Amino acid sequence: MLWVILLVPVLCAVPSGLVAWRRAIGWLGVASASIVLAVGIVLAVNVVRGHAAVGYGGVLRADALSAFMVIVIGVIALLATLQGVRYLEAEIAAGRCSPRHASLYAVLIQGFLATMLLAVLAANLGVMWVAIEATTIVTTFLVGHRNTRGSLEASWKYIVICSVGIALAFLGTVLVYLAAQHVAGQGAGALDWTSLVARSHHLDPGVMRLAFALIVLGFGTKVGLAPMHSWLPDAHSQAPAPVSALMSGVLLTVAFYAILRFKVIADGALGPQFARTLLVIVGLLSLVVAASLLLSQRDYKRMLAYHSVEHMGLIALGAAAGSTLAIAAVLLHILGHGIAKGVLFLASGEILLVEGTSEIKDVPALLSRRPVLGGIFAFGLVALLGFPPFSLFVSELNMLRAEFRVGLGWAAGLSLICMAVIFGAVMSHGREMLFGPKGTDTPAVTPALVAVPLIAGLAACAFIGVSVWPLGSLLRAAAHVVAL
Amino acid sequence: MNHSAFTSVLGLGCGVIVLCAVVTLWRRSLRAIVRALAVQGVALALVAMTLGLHGHDRVLEVVAVLVLLAKGVVVPSLITRVVRHDVASRETQPLVNVPASLVAAGVLIFLAFAASRSVTALASNATGRLIPYGLAAMLIGFFALATRRKAVSQIVGLLLVDNGIALVAFLATAGVPLIVELGASLDVLLIVVVLQVLATQMRLRLGSFDLDQLAELHD
Repeated sequence: MLWVILLVPVLCAVPSGLVAWRRAIGWLGVASASIVLAVGIVLAVNVVRGHAAVGYGGVLRADALSAFMVIVIGVIALLATLQGVRYLEAEIAAGRCSPRHASLYAVLIQGFLATMLLAVLAANLGVMWVAIEATTIVTTFLVGHRNTRGSLEASWKYIVICSVGIALAFLGTVLVYLAAQHVAGQGAGALDWTSLVARSHHLDPGVMRLAFALIVLGFGTKVGLAPMHSWLPDAHSQAPAPVSALMSGVLLTVAFYAILRFKVIADGALGPQFARTLLVIVGLLSLVVAASLLLSQRDYKRMLAYHSVEHMGLIALGAAAGSTLAIAAVLLHILGHGIAKGVLFLASGEILLVEGTSEIKDVPALLSRRPVLGGIFAFGLVALLGFPPFSLFVSELNMLRAEFRVGLGWAAGLSLICMAVIFGAVMSHGREMLFGPKGTDTPAVTPALVAVPLIAGLAACAFIGVSVWPLGSLLRAAAHVVAL
Repeated sequence: MNHSAFTSVLGLGCGVIVLCAVVTLWRRSLRAIVRALAVQGVALALVAMTLGLHGHDRVLEVVAVLVLLAKGVVVPSLITRVVRHDVASRETQPLVNVPASLVAAGVLIFLAFAASRSVTALASNATGRLIPYGLAAMLIGFFALATRRKAVSQIVGLLLVDNGIALVAFLATAGVPLIVELGASLDVLLIVVVLQVLATQMRLRLGSFDLDQLAELHD
């Protein structure tokens, strides 16, 4: 079954690569995302009932955490592939993109999905590293897909900074292997996550300290945690909207998933304090950076990008607390943020398409000029700022509760101050975009292909916020995998 | 291979790797820098081969041949192709001048020895003692990345970081598992190809690849 999940995007990529763009290719991508989501749900049901699924001679392994991440990837991929159809057809119609170039985009998106799925399904930490590195290579081309000066600059920055980060993560992985080798002997099995966790108490603390610091710094680069976040606003603002949605909604958290896996081993070898201190530092730093840079944003896509830095900081703080409650809240936040940020990036792509500018001051009165699109953007912002009924309210509240319980109340307090600043900044930018004097022209209609998936996404986010019912047991099981 | 020959060949290889890293900071001509990078790749392959022969490790010997091909031949020739299109192939204005860079390299080498004490303690044999050399090459790579303005010099910096880390991997663990090592080497190759594509597109659009010209995106 694990193979099926990986094979689906690969098989869908093949026909997309053979022919020039046509609508069927777009729908094939949507089908691929739906199948991934469906199989992810089946996998989650099986895993919650029984034990972890192992595939292909132990190279692949899925526990509740992996199944949860597959579902997150599936949901956001579904939204992004649906909008991808619209994005490509608009680009082709405007003459900015040839049909061949458009089908290259479809192939790359499927490759992007496949590499992210491999990262969350890998049993071996080395294979997980290879998969996350592969996401960097695929997304570089996706960031540069529009082929403008800005997007070239963004993709150059992206690959150089992320390659350095991922190289540090490789060094960290090698050091973990060195420590494991001393306990368990040679062989590829030494990087197997389950056996590493079982032996984590015997690993050399000095080496593990260095290794985990490198892992946090290295994978943290891909998560977009400060101080290695500088690629993020450029890449997320220059990439096509569906790509931004996937990168901001899931790729960041897939990299964070890698940190969570290593954290269990580090906690076993060093006790919880070391990982906690590191994650609190990078988390608070990210919040401060996001707060100070959000105030002066003039570009709405960059605003959303910095907002991702804030949410990754919150997730890092939640993971620092590390209790079962905290991790469950972190995972819920990963899903909620993914959906809300995905919807917002997709809506902002549509705004960019119809308005032709990404400057905040040039798109006033969206609510009266484009009621549906403006409404989606407004509700997306409301969700992202953590208002009920959306699930981000529940997850943020529970992360803060968990932080107070483990004695991180001071960090939670500082994070609340940063969140208040960000709240004010985003509200004022949002007001500038949404309200304003109504023009004379009649309100424009937003196509159903754009509006329906986005509204459904927001509805899902609100539904999870009101009733955690379909996810409750999965979240508990997944939190148990990596909680202290 | 007897033990003293083994340790002296390893020491030679590691010394050459750090020396090549320093040379990339010292020389301004991009061709010379790429040549130093190729020599470094060969030295890395030499280290891997020596370790493989000494430990009778067939897999490591295969990896050594792959490293020789990838880092000693393919990657440098790919970068040379980018350099050839650049009219003035010199690093004209590094943010830090050459004498200061060389002093910084000395400090970084010292730092590498200081930072890797816990690692050398765990791998306390002849090979483990050489781990700081790998870290030194890596740190010098970071320095080059941060202070050089030519696109090619940045690629070189990235590869220095990567070679340094590969050296640590070989010395600390006698080779990480083959699947990881293969993945890592393949990635390096892919990254260089990606950067080459980007550099070509930038030249078509901007007429050069001075990164100073890339300043559209900022806050």
